[in-house]
Amino acid sequence: MRITLDDVEYRYQVNTPFEHLALHDVNISMEQGTYTAIIGHTGSGKSTLLQHLNALLKPTKGRVFIGDRTIEAGRKEKALRPIRQKVGIVFQFPEHQLFDETVEKDICFGPMNFGVSENDAKQLARKAIAQVGLSEEILVKSPFDLSGGQMRRVAIAGVLAMEPEVLVLDEPTAGLDPRGRKEIMDMFYELHKREGISTILVTHSMEDAAKYADDIIIMHQGTVFKKGTPQEIFSDPEQLLELGLDVPDTVRFQLKLQKELGVRFDHPCLNIGDLAIEIDKAMKRGNR
Amino acid sequence: MLDKMIIGRYVPANSLLHRMDPRAKLLLVFLFVCVVFLANNFVSYGLLAVFTILLISVSKIPLRYLYNGLKPIFFLIVFTFLLHILFTKEGELLFEYGWFAIYKGGLIQGLFISIRFTLLILVTSLLTLTTTPISITDGMEELLGPLKKWKMPVHELALMMSIALRFIPTLMEETEKIMKAQTARGVDFSSGPIKERVKSIVPLLVPLFVSSFKRAEELATAMESRGYRGGEGRTKYRQLNWKTSDSLLMVSLGLLTVMLVLLRS
Ligand SMILES: Nc1ncnc2c1ncn2[C@@H]1O[C@H](COP(=O)(O)OP(=O)(O)O)[C@@H](O)[C@H]1O
Ligand SMILES: [Mg+2]
Repeated sequence: MRITLDDVEYRYQVNTPFEHLALHDVNISMEQGTYTAIIGHTGSGKSTLLQHLNALLKPTKGRVFIGDRTIEAGRKEKALRPIRQKVGIVFQFPEHQLFDETVEKDICFGPMNFGVSENDAKQLARKAIAQVGLSEEILVKSPFDLSGGQMRRVAIAGVLAMEPEVLVLDEPTAGLDPRGRKEIMDMFYELHKREGISTILVTHSMEDAAKYADDIIIMHQGTVFKKGTPQEIFSDPEQLLELGLDVPDTVRFQLKLQKELGVRFDHPCLNIGDLAIEIDKAMKRGNR
Repeated sequence: MLDKMIIGRYVPANSLLHRMDPRAKLLLVFLFVCVVFLANNFVSYGLLAVFTILLISVSKIPLRYLYNGLKPIFFLIVFTFLLHILFTKEGELLFEYGWFAIYKGGLIQGLFISIRFTLLILVTSLLTLTTTPISITDGMEELLGPLKKWKMPVHELALMMSIALRFIPTLMEETEKIMKAQTARGVDFSSGPIKERVKSIVPLLVPLFVSSFKRAEELATAMESRGYRGGEGRTKYRQLNWKTSDSLLMVSLGLLTVMLVLLRS
């Protein structure tokens, strides 16, 4: 399913002294089956943007196309539930939304809201709990007896069990330990590859964005600052550093080589293997 | 969703009303609430309305914001109005249709009560809109200070109040966040059959309770680790100072009271 934002603007608390322009002039498109990373400082409007992807927020100007539906500023929309089923959002700190007596019931909650029968939902719960790397024994426990990391995984399983076509992730690994972080990111990537789920990831980690994403969108002060493939985005690392954003270590290393030793590269390297090859090539060219 | 609520909200600005001593504003609200009950005819209600409008105009709170904030309370006002029309059978009969009858007394009573209600809400909202929770608490503590002699836990009460006020916006924010998260999981909070909607409260309330308890515990730990021991011997960083304008406000309120007493019919 393709999601397109056309000239979207969003203001919080319109007509109050707290009115706040959170998004403006946003034009982006996320194609079926792609992996998009959204990067930007805190307060740049990433979470606000995400909530437009399943019509939790309606633009105050412009249009959002979600599959064959159109969400337009100033027009009442009915029957949004099908959109919510197709576009699953894992919010920041999703463990805060757990509420049911058992992990199983909590995971079944989403699917059953969308009309799945109890038996099928239990099936989905079992599948989802395995996907997030937890054992089935946990299903009978209370979600409030789990560790922070386990709660996070259960909450993610609750969204996966809805079997969305598009998965939207708002900093899903914030506050996790490095290992848990990698496991979860790899899990999402595998799911994306295996089942063709379109994935949209908000992250602060340039490494993750460079490693997993087909497209990167850089948000700055409520609008799109730059968008493109990782190659395009990181071809001008200084621009990103000026904004106070990070670049992958490999790109930083290239920049350093270029500045201090005058080594020239044709393209940014996003992993160590590629970097080694390129350095080797540069040395052979002997342009140092 | 809950953006429009103005109860307990502070709007930063630098108006005359903002700069006033919180004690003066608290006294104003308290006395106004009493004085309102003196009014019993159109002229005195008009006078109260003018006084309220003057207060609003010096507060620099945008009218549209006040209006939007009061919208959720309108139905309560309309409801009381209708109750009076239906059940007060006094004075001239104005209109009759079967069992349904409107009497002049009921109409006037209904009007007066609605005006009173609106004015009370406006004035109390003005207090919280122009005063930070912390100054309200400081003012409260000072005003109730004398009661300490009779072993009233004034400081503790003030602290409880300031914590409650402080966390209203946080709770609202949290409510909105969890509502959004559950909406994304297919809950429909705004439409559908009543039975479904009542059921949808559980996935909202449980997380709210859990996080509130957690927050209370964290706050207690933070206070204890910073050596909080209650009000005993505690000095104040923020000093209140009573200015001429505060005295003038009290005088004007006094004048209002005198006029209301004279206007009583
Ligand atoms: N409910 C809200 N009411 C008012 N302003 C908000 C609200 N939520 C977010 N904002 C503001 O909108 C801007 C963008 O916020 P957000 O989308 O959360 O940014 P990010 O996710 O990139 O950190 C911020 O300046 C934030 O303060
Ligand atoms: Mg955010």
